[in-house]
Amino acid sequence: MDKPNKNQPVSRRTFFGDTLRTLSALGLGSLVGFGARKATSEELVWQLDPDKCVQCGQCATECVLDPSAVKCVHAFDVCGYCKLCGGYFKPDAKSLDTAAENQLCPTGALIRKFVEDPYYEYTIDESLCIGCAKCVKGCGAFGNGSLHLQVRHDCCVNCNECSIAKACPSNAFQRVPASKPYLYRGVQRKDFYPEK
Amino acid sequence: MLLKNKTILLTIFIIMNLASAAQLFGIERFPRPQFESDYQQPRMTSPDPRAATYEYIDIAALLAALSVTTFLILKKRSRRGVFVMMLLSIAYFGFWRKGCVCSVGSIQNVAYALANPDYAIPISVIVFFILPLVFSLFFGRTFCAGVCPLGAIQDVVILKPQRIPLWLNHMLRGIPFLYLGIAVLAAVTGSMFLICRFDPFIALYRMGGDWGMVSFGVALLLVGVFIARPYCRFLCPYGVLLGWLSKFSKYHASITPDECIQCKLCETSCPFEAIDVPVTEKPVESQTVARRRLAIILIVMPVFMLLGGWIGSHLNKPLSRLHPTVRLAEQVNNENAGRIYETTIYSRTFRASGETMEQLMAEVRQIEHKYKIGGWWLGMFLATAAGMALINLSRRRRQTIYETNHTHCLSCGRCFDYCPRHHALKGDLVQT
Ligand code: SF4
Ligand code: SF4
Ligand code: SF4
Ligand code: SF4
Repeated sequence: MDKPNKNQPVSRRTFFGDTLRTLSALGLGSLVGFGARKATSEELVWQLDPDKCVQCGQCATECVLDPSAVKCVHAFDVCGYCKLCGGYFKPDAKSLDTAAENQLCPTGALIRKFVEDPYYEYTIDESLCIGCAKCVKGCGAFGNGSLHLQVRHDCCVNCNECSIAKACPSNAFQRVPASKPYLYRGVQRKDFYPEK
Repeated sequence: MLLKNKTILLTIFIIMNLASAAQLFGIERFPRPQFESDYQQPRMTSPDPRAATYEYIDIAALLAALSVTTFLILKKRSRRGVFVMMLLSIAYFGFWRKGCVCSVGSIQNVAYALANPDYAIPISVIVFFILPLVFSLFFGRTFCAGVCPLGAIQDVVILKPQRIPLWLNHMLRGIPFLYLGIAVLAAVTGSMFLICRFDPFIALYRMGGDWGMVSFGVALLLVGVFIARPYCRFLCPYGVLLGWLSKFSKYHASITPDECIQCKLCETSCPFEAIDVPVTEKPVESQTVARRRLAIILIVMPVFMLLGGWIGSHLNKPLSRLHPTVRLAEQVNNENAGRIYETTIYSRTFRASGETMEQLMAEVRQIEHKYKIGGWWLGMFLATAAGMALINLSRRRRQTIYETNHTHCLSCGRCFDYCPRHHALKGDLVQT
């Protein structure tokens, strides 16, 4: 095979090296070129589809952050402003007041405010919300389903593979373009997805 | 009052269950109120993800860090400079950027993009994948020296590096190939991003996370005090690619700035055992014997590869358990057969979803098929890697000087300081 040529071992080595280098560069180039067929200049972020979510509670526990980057959000235009809110009160609530023992939310993140008889407005204190989906479940079961979960992008560190996505039993997580980072319920979905 | 509420709740609950087929969305159980007061309905706030400009800053930072480190190693020959680069990398790519997406993990995005044309891979991820490899092809693994946040955090804890037996070193160096192969397979089949799941240092950089991974990271750092950069040498899948390209690198760091005077001072200076020593003794076997052995290896190689592929493809069932759907099907099957009584959140969700068992099993068969094909590739890849290692081991080396091993050298620059020529050139030996 290659008998070292005593006169010009260096040039042969250089030639060999150059060839291999060129080949490697070509290989790398085609690999990436092929992988990048559909490349976008846009970053992708994680979001969950509230229509797929089954409110299992994993969002609170599986996120790499503590508290989770998933929070409850409220589509006000879908809300019935119910006095007896299935998301706010425990099913066995003793009375319909803001006493802690009546509230479904374990951290008191859901805030109830009187608007006019018989309507109440519910807002979320995101600094308290842990994304446990208890209120979402209650609202979905007894109310209009206006409370829903979303990955909040001021918290999320955008893991290469979202830990919750792999733990979600209903495959609700997907990568979405960073310019359309929310999959809301209600009219505000149109803010990002006008077609739907 | 109390009783009335309960009744209302109960009634709603019953209605609910009756209507549960037409679930949730789009159904307004309670019509939107007509407010009499001038109540203004609030809007949801939509905090933006990290601005896109940061992506460009990250790319610029990567390019700058690679260039500066390469310059420090090849031109300045400054270990201290590289050390500063490492600290900067820990601060920026580690703590500030919180690790994602790193070059090591980007292998999976590229692999996933190869297999799934629907996945639009962000250009920034491609850049993070390709740039260190290109640098490696020309200048050696300068990425490992001063840019990679995973490498840097291990490098700063190397206090009492010990040498490990040669045979053990050779064996352990095989693990990254296995890891790379399986990680690519898992990514291609859409099962999981294995490298991210078992990234030992991300939890430290984020200062929080799964305690299992935190302790893995801490353990690696503790081991790393004695065994220099254990993740880099015996696990890192990206290191495999970097090593390949670095082997052919045009300008690689060398221990001596000009000539090797065979003083042996650098012999044990490398904590990663990446210095090749000159061959002194006469070869015990003749050239013909060596050549015949090479020929035999080359002939046996295809058989070896086929065998590897065959074994790999037959491991598709256990390997496919990396995919969550396969694990779900296993759980449901076990429940149905009465082998397991405890249901999981996954099996319960599956049952509530209305998907049939047949649909699930069809999915599983599809995944197993992917793993069958992938298993062929994995097996052939590993067999080839093993074959190449054999060839490398049995090839007669004709080395005459002390030189960095271009595959395994991380271009950290530690050995420079041991070389008298290095100091002679710098002129800092004169005063003593
Ligand atoms: S893990 Fe999935 S199903 Fe569970 S609460 Fe989160 S989005 Fe919903
Ligand atoms: S991407 Fe990471 S930080 Fe964001 S929600 Fe998922 S696990 Fe949490
Ligand atoms: S071997 Fe891997 S982990 Fe270590 S520095 Fe290089 S790329 Fe980073
Ligand atoms: S630069 Fe020297 S000390 Fe550092 S890894 Fe390479 S051979 Fe080892």
